[in-house]
Amino acid sequence: MGIAPRLSGQYAVVGVGESDLGIVGPEYTELSLQVQASLRALDDCGLKIHDVDGVFVQPGPFERMPGLLLAEYLGIQPRVNDTTMVGGCSNLQHIEHAIAALETGQCQVALIAYGSTQRSARTRKIGGVPEDPRSPRGQFDVPYGLLSPIGPYALATTRYRHLYGLEDEELGEVAVATRQWANLNPLAYHYEHPLTMEQYLKSPWISWPLRRDDICLVTDGGGAIVVTSMKRARDLAKRPVSVLGISSRSNAHYWIPGIDDLLTTGASITGPEAMAAGGVTYDDIDILEIYDAFTTMPLLAVENLGFCRRGEGRFFFRHSRTGPGGEMPMNTSGGGLSYCHPGMFGIFLVIEAVRQLRGECGPRQVKNPEIVLCHAYGGVLSAESTTVLGKE
Amino acid sequence: MNGHPIAEPTPLTMPFWNGLEKRQLIIQRCNTCHRYQFYPRNFCIHCESRVLTWEPVSSRGHIYSYTITMRAPGPDVAVPYVVAIVELEEGPRMLSNIVDCDPFQIEVGAAVVADFRRENPNESMLLVFRPA
Repeated sequence: MGIAPRLSGQYAVVGVGESDLGIVGPEYTELSLQVQASLRALDDCGLKIHDVDGVFVQPGPFERMPGLLLAEYLGIQPRVNDTTMVGGCSNLQHIEHAIAALETGQCQVALIAYGSTQRSARTRKIGGVPEDPRSPRGQFDVPYGLLSPIGPYALATTRYRHLYGLEDEELGEVAVATRQWANLNPLAYHYEHPLTMEQYLKSPWISWPLRRDDICLVTDGGGAIVVTSMKRARDLAKRPVSVLGISSRSNAHYWIPGIDDLLTTGASITGPEAMAAGGVTYDDIDILEIYDAFTTMPLLAVENLGFCRRGEGRFFFRHSRTGPGGEMPMNTSGGGLSYCHPGMFGIFLVIEAVRQLRGECGPRQVKNPEIVLCHAYGGVLSAESTTVLGKE
Repeated sequence: MNGHPIAEPTPLTMPFWNGLEKRQLIIQRCNTCHRYQFYPRNFCIHCESRVLTWEPVSSRGHIYSYTITMRAPGPDVAVPYVVAIVELEEGPRMLSNIVDCDPFQIEVGAAVVADFRRENPNESMLLVFRPA
């Protein structure tokens, strides 16, 4: 059910930071990016490394026990060490776990960190990561050459086209509006590269019906956020951002044919639960930050979260409605499509939401946002988490 | 064969793979609730019964969804090729390739029938589907 309504507003995101992003080069490691982002997030709120007594970090291709390594490097002995790994929504689930640990007194200051060198280390392959050939995926998926993770999202997109119709331009609207946000963010990989609908429609098919420009970036990068109680947050450097609601779910499939319905995702449960915990309605939400590894993901999210009816998501993005100046700003950093995408984007949704709520976003700042909804996926529509953040 | 990594059957899944060698599609059926399931498990995903048998099925189904792979994942892989989720008449869904078709002419809902391919003599037979 996510966090209980009585916990809404009791915990806050107090510090955020990115590491260097883009193509960082071979001298960086997952750890060095986690540490760089962590120090920036701690400096952002004025807490010290030794204030941290809860560490939350998911394993990447290089470290099996990244929480122990990060704690050792930082020179701390955390009471809570959580390495939940459910793909791209892991860091959102870490916020939920952090609140549980803070509420039960297991820790006082939670550091959530992420780092990936997937671009420089060339650990990302279009065919996906190697699978045990005896596993369900190894026996009943891999032999058919489904690209991963784009293939499962292409399957969902085809199903959507079949049931509701979907024009190429309707996915293109997501890519183009997101790029416009990136063109306002100096940290974005595509800061200096505009994308027109014409260019989008010329980009090559990779796994039809998805094109190159439907796919997120492959970059390096890291991020970190610091979560603590609202009571403590009020004494820190910046105005805290309140966690109003959060809800997560693992869906009952890891192997994509195991999904009951390719177009019904956990967002239909986590979205309403996270909003209900905070007493938030759809009209209250000023900005959406939705994991956009593929353009189809925001489309499925707005329908499943309940912002529109099934089959109407394809109209949601029309006329740059989610772009700069639009009535429903979405992925204001430039998203995974155009800002950065170091493999698991969840933490970057929260970093951007916090900055927007603080009013720190310069040319891309949305006017006076009060509430931001973040939604992330993990695996192949396999896990999800919705977090609703608000101004204190 | 098609250039993709090959499967390694386990004792649990061996009846499925042995069936393919005889050009038969054999999947698990529950002795208690009589429903079919795929992939093989050591219990019934529907009713939790531990007693399942292996049964030949119709080999007919339809395309639940598909994608046309246009970018090869490896140097030995020819594109385009179709990867689909096929729903069997008996209910379970499975991932497969749709062969003997123009990839740009197939549709969701199209009827398909099982076929069996072995392109390298050292490898196991692979289940694929073709338009019915």
